[in-house]
Amino acid sequence: MDLIWEGLRKALELLLRLDPEVLRITWLSLKVSGIATLISVVLGLGLAVLMALNEFPGKRLVIALVNTGMGLPPVVVGLFVTVFLWRNGPLGFLGILYTPAAIILAQAVIATPIIAGLGLAALQHLPPGLRLQILSLGATRPQMVWLLLKEARLPLLAAVMAGFGGVISEVGASIMVGGNLKGSTRVLTTATVMETSRGNFDVAFALSFILLILAFGVNTLLTHLQQRGRRS
Amino acid sequence: MSRETLLQVRNLALHRGGVPVLDVPELDLRAGEVLALMGPNGAGKSSLMLSLAGLLAPTRGELSFKGTPLRSHADREAFRRRTTMVFQDPLLFDATVAQNIESGLKLRGLSTAERAPRVKEWAQRLGLGALLQRPAHQLSGGEAQRTALARAFVLQPELLFLDEPFSSLDSQTREELIEDLGRLLTETGTSAVLATHDQSKAARLAHRLAVMKEGRILQLGGLREVMNHPEDPFVATFVGMETLLKGQVLSCQDGLLSLRLRKGPADRELVAIGEAQPGQTVLIGVRPEHVALSLQTDNTSSARNAFPGAVTKVIPRGPFFKIELDCGFFLAAYVTPQSLSELDLRPGRAIVAAFKATAVHVIRTEGLDTEL
Repeated sequence: MDLIWEGLRKALELLLRLDPEVLRITWLSLKVSGIATLISVVLGLGLAVLMALNEFPGKRLVIALVNTGMGLPPVVVGLFVTVFLWRNGPLGFLGILYTPAAIILAQAVIATPIIAGLGLAALQHLPPGLRLQILSLGATRPQMVWLLLKEARLPLLAAVMAGFGGVISEVGASIMVGGNLKGSTRVLTTATVMETSRGNFDVAFALSFILLILAFGVNTLLTHLQQRGRRS
Repeated sequence: MSRETLLQVRNLALHRGGVPVLDVPELDLRAGEVLALMGPNGAGKSSLMLSLAGLLAPTRGELSFKGTPLRSHADREAFRRRTTMVFQDPLLFDATVAQNIESGLKLRGLSTAERAPRVKEWAQRLGLGALLQRPAHQLSGGEAQRTALARAFVLQPELLFLDEPFSSLDSQTREELIEDLGRLLTETGTSAVLATHDQSKAARLAHRLAVMKEGRILQLGGLREVMNHPEDPFVATFVGMETLLKGQVLSCQDGLLSLRLRKGPADRELVAIGEAQPGQTVLIGVRPEHVALSLQTDNTSSARNAFPGAVTKVIPRGPFFKIELDCGFFLAAYVTPQSLSELDLRPGRAIVAAFKATAVHVIRTEGLDTEL
């Protein structure tokens, strides 16, 4: 029990002291996962719209693949991204392995299918006639897509939250493609793993708290957006 | 009517998965008229409506609006900005009533200043003035469909499509809305196409009627013309001509036909107005609302056809009752609840059914021998 109390006390101390290393790690986590989520929103929602509005051969297969992708193990993604970014890999010329860009790439690969799959479900849940109704009101195709996304905003924001939650909390891919390099690619999850393995439970606690607060803060913001104007 | 043709349809066909679902060689919509598309579920009303509204690209055929053909995607998009459609479900946006009503105007690029007065006007005309700030998901079914109508009328469409807009409402609300819609269509002179499977709604709103079956238009004509002179047994049943009898022409003099029914006693002769050759086989239709029931043969009545018979069935039909009779042949009549109790109508009751010669419609005189 003492271990826990001591850990909590030290964690609080680190937080209140605004330890520069902790701040840097926190900021990097937020930046990396935020950018990865943004990329995934663009790609995932684009994919969801394409799948929802078009009929094409093999559509069911594509949907099945996307849904499978929602459960991609981060270590598998980490492995593939590492191989792709390896010096003589297909994307080796980019030279971004063991940089934050590599983590962003890996996290985008993880979050895109989540947002695409949940986004597709959200769009398919809209009334089937709504698309025609919007067109008959005089909408152009881009206007129609925008209104559909707006109508599905509640489940779509849930999809974004799921995507962000998935990447801010994953550790496997980040450690594999980032390398947990101090001052460069160390993020909250990789640092927590490292400190725990070293027996520095107080620091690990502090980092975990920040992770939880971060996840809570971002989701509160998104929930606020989602529930805005929904007081009935 | 020699009014301007709004929408012209030529050789329209729609296939779904290789199966033809629509085949309409010719259809013209005229400015200022309300055309009702009638038919049972699956007759192709909605498919035709969506094709007419530029929401469904036909497999082949051509549509032109005011003389301009609608060929490309861009043509149809421009056409949709001059028309609009109201569906069976209100399909409102998750927003307030006011935001819903102005949504089409916004999509068509009108400024806030241009939108506001129009939204207010149409909300009031549909009795939504007090509900403008209410979220759409709090509306009753009737209020929601009113909002959908306001959202359509506020666009001042040159052509309004109405796809079974009242089917999902309770009967009381439906009655009020049909009345309001009829008034608005008349006041604004809006041209409209209404799809419905209910002849009474069509009768209250439409100028012309097209009866559809299996993707084809069986008959197209003025409301009274189709209601009273159906050209085919399917149309006849569909427009409410509940009594359909096969008979033979005995004589024809000065437009007065004497007919003998195929079924029933040989002395049952009907008198009808029309032209046909003696000996010809014809289909005879009588609308139930044209049949009068009484306890005795009334010699002072102008009804040329009077038959004693017995009641077989009494069926409540909303504000009136449908009485099925056996007069040696089948006959259906509508009576008010008052007549029902005065005549004490119940199965087995002996009664005299009478109808005028003008109430007997000779539907078709060709091809019946082989078909029926």
